[in-house]
Amino acid sequence: MTITRRLPLLLAFVASTALADLTLLNASYDVARDVYKDYNPMFQKHWKAKTGESVEIKQSHGGSSKQVRAVADGLEADVVTMNQANDIEFLADKGLVAKDWAKKFPNNASPYTSAMVFIVRKGNPKGIKDWNDLAAPGTQIIIPHPKNTGNGRNTYLSAWAWALKQPGGNDKSAQEFVGKLLKNAPLFAAGGRDATTTFMQRRLGDALITFESEAEMIAKEFGKGEFEVVYPSLTMQTEFPVAIVDKVVDKKNSRKQAQAYLDYLWSAEGQENAAQNYLRPRDADLLKKYSAFFPPVKTFTVDEVFGGANKAFATHFKDGGTFDQIYVAK
Amino acid sequence: MKSNRATQEPVWVRYLLLTVGLGFLFFFLGLPLLAVFVEALAQGWPAYVEALKEPETRSAIWLTIVIALAVLPFNILFGVAAAWAIAKFEFRGKSLLITLIDLPFAVSPVVAGLIFILLFGSQGFFGGWLSAHEIKIIFAVPGMILATLFITFPFIARELIPLMQSQGKDEEEAAVSLGASGWQMFWRVTLPNIKWGLLYGVILSNARAMGEFGAVSVVSGHIRGETNTLPLHVEILYNEYNAIGAFAAASVLALLALVTLVAKTIVEWRMKAETDMLNAELPGEKTS
Repeated sequence: MTITRRLPLLLAFVASTALADLTLLNASYDVARDVYKDYNPMFQKHWKAKTGESVEIKQSHGGSSKQVRAVADGLEADVVTMNQANDIEFLADKGLVAKDWAKKFPNNASPYTSAMVFIVRKGNPKGIKDWNDLAAPGTQIIIPHPKNTGNGRNTYLSAWAWALKQPGGNDKSAQEFVGKLLKNAPLFAAGGRDATTTFMQRRLGDALITFESEAEMIAKEFGKGEFEVVYPSLTMQTEFPVAIVDKVVDKKNSRKQAQAYLDYLWSAEGQENAAQNYLRPRDADLLKKYSAFFPPVKTFTVDEVFGGANKAFATHFKDGGTFDQIYVAK
Repeated sequence: MKSNRATQEPVWVRYLLLTVGLGFLFFFLGLPLLAVFVEALAQGWPAYVEALKEPETRSAIWLTIVIALAVLPFNILFGVAAAWAIAKFEFRGKSLLITLIDLPFAVSPVVAGLIFILLFGSQGFFGGWLSAHEIKIIFAVPGMILATLFITFPFIARELIPLMQSQGKDEEEAAVSLGASGWQMFWRVTLPNIKWGLLYGVILSNARAMGEFGAVSVVSGHIRGETNTLPLHVEILYNEYNAIGAFAAASVLALLALVTLVAKTIVEWRMKAETDMLNAELPGEKTS
């Protein structure tokens, strides 16, 4: 590839940046690329038709907590689209995002959801159906570290909530149950992707616990016939909260566009796009339309059972929290 | 010629050592390298080419080269100046300077990146001033160049210091006594003497600049098509379950490394040829 061939490309790139009236930066979590790769052109078209203004949208992807830290340190993202409420709370604490961010958009500011599911080996040789099967002796589960990853925390809290709902369930029995479950983890993976590699490639463990949406990505890489998805009797509805970064949009004068960009996630097109990327849309009719992807499952939210993401974090994952108590006891 | 003791060992010892050495290289270098290409081509050439045609991947390749080229003049300037000062002059604090040059080797790259966040981040030392003046350093290309510079600046100096020390300052003194100006001395005496060592240092620092992950990752902000270098892009693609894309990008990095390796070998060979020539010319004098 020669310079002369590159030059027109480079010029075209410079020109396209110059032509856009405004550039929005969306800082997002690391597996969100497919969602926004399709969503961004949709919004651009919509906004152009509505206002005649062309908006360029840039994406930044990385580990969710790393991303919000970058935003706090000066990454000029107009909007953040994350997979954990804690991460947006972090920005709210720093004064970059409104304290009542969750009320600024419908559905707890989460345009789509997912659910924690089990991925088991083909034919489900261990007959895993529910959380108690995962805690049974001789079963091995693969999860990322509960203390510092979203996947791991969601798994932990799902098992906890399930145990609470059992006859005679209370905090003590739940803690015991989660302790039994964690004993079945031969290791804690460093992150979601790492856990998948451990389970699919190194073929360790009998069940991988992850997002329903992630199962489709695993199928894309490793083949659909390689595993089965199991829906437990109760699991966490995971939210994907979005927020406007006030400090940035005020400085760049881009609030109007940022607001429209996030609002549009709730539009018919935005919801359809989420569904096509295996994320459960909030729109009930759409959810029905795609029911082949999204079998009905009984879910709870962190707010219902644990009184909010921050409280759940403080009780269970802060130093000295229940995780540390269980893990030291082990 | 000194007799080489190693060659007097029994045959089985020699073969054992050879097998261990080559086996190690095969398992820890050969196989992983092979795996990169096998994975990248797992779905055939068309998929591989398609993966490399992705605008974001091409921009990552481009940015990697731009950053490597951008740090080069600074590295050369600093490396030559520092090596010159250390090798040819006596001054107070010289050993401190040598220690400081080694600092980037001792500091973890992630910490190096965080240093720049602390300095230039919006909550950092200069953050308020930079933001008031609309200057972007962190989460933009300038910050990535700074971080790479921090990681790579010792390479050239480290390569040149022993070389210049061994050459001594006789030739420079002769040049000056014959009436050469400072610049004449540098261009005609010093530079020709160190050119291969300099090139060797350039190649090493270049390899490191292109492959750097930790420090750059901290200051990049990961804006696709804008602040992702190849190593960062590989990680992102891998995390997105895009194995072909990740390994295709990794194969480009591996190829860049192989080119560097060939260049390094050629330079080493030329350096040796030059020393041998000098030895032949000056049979009575020590040159090493």
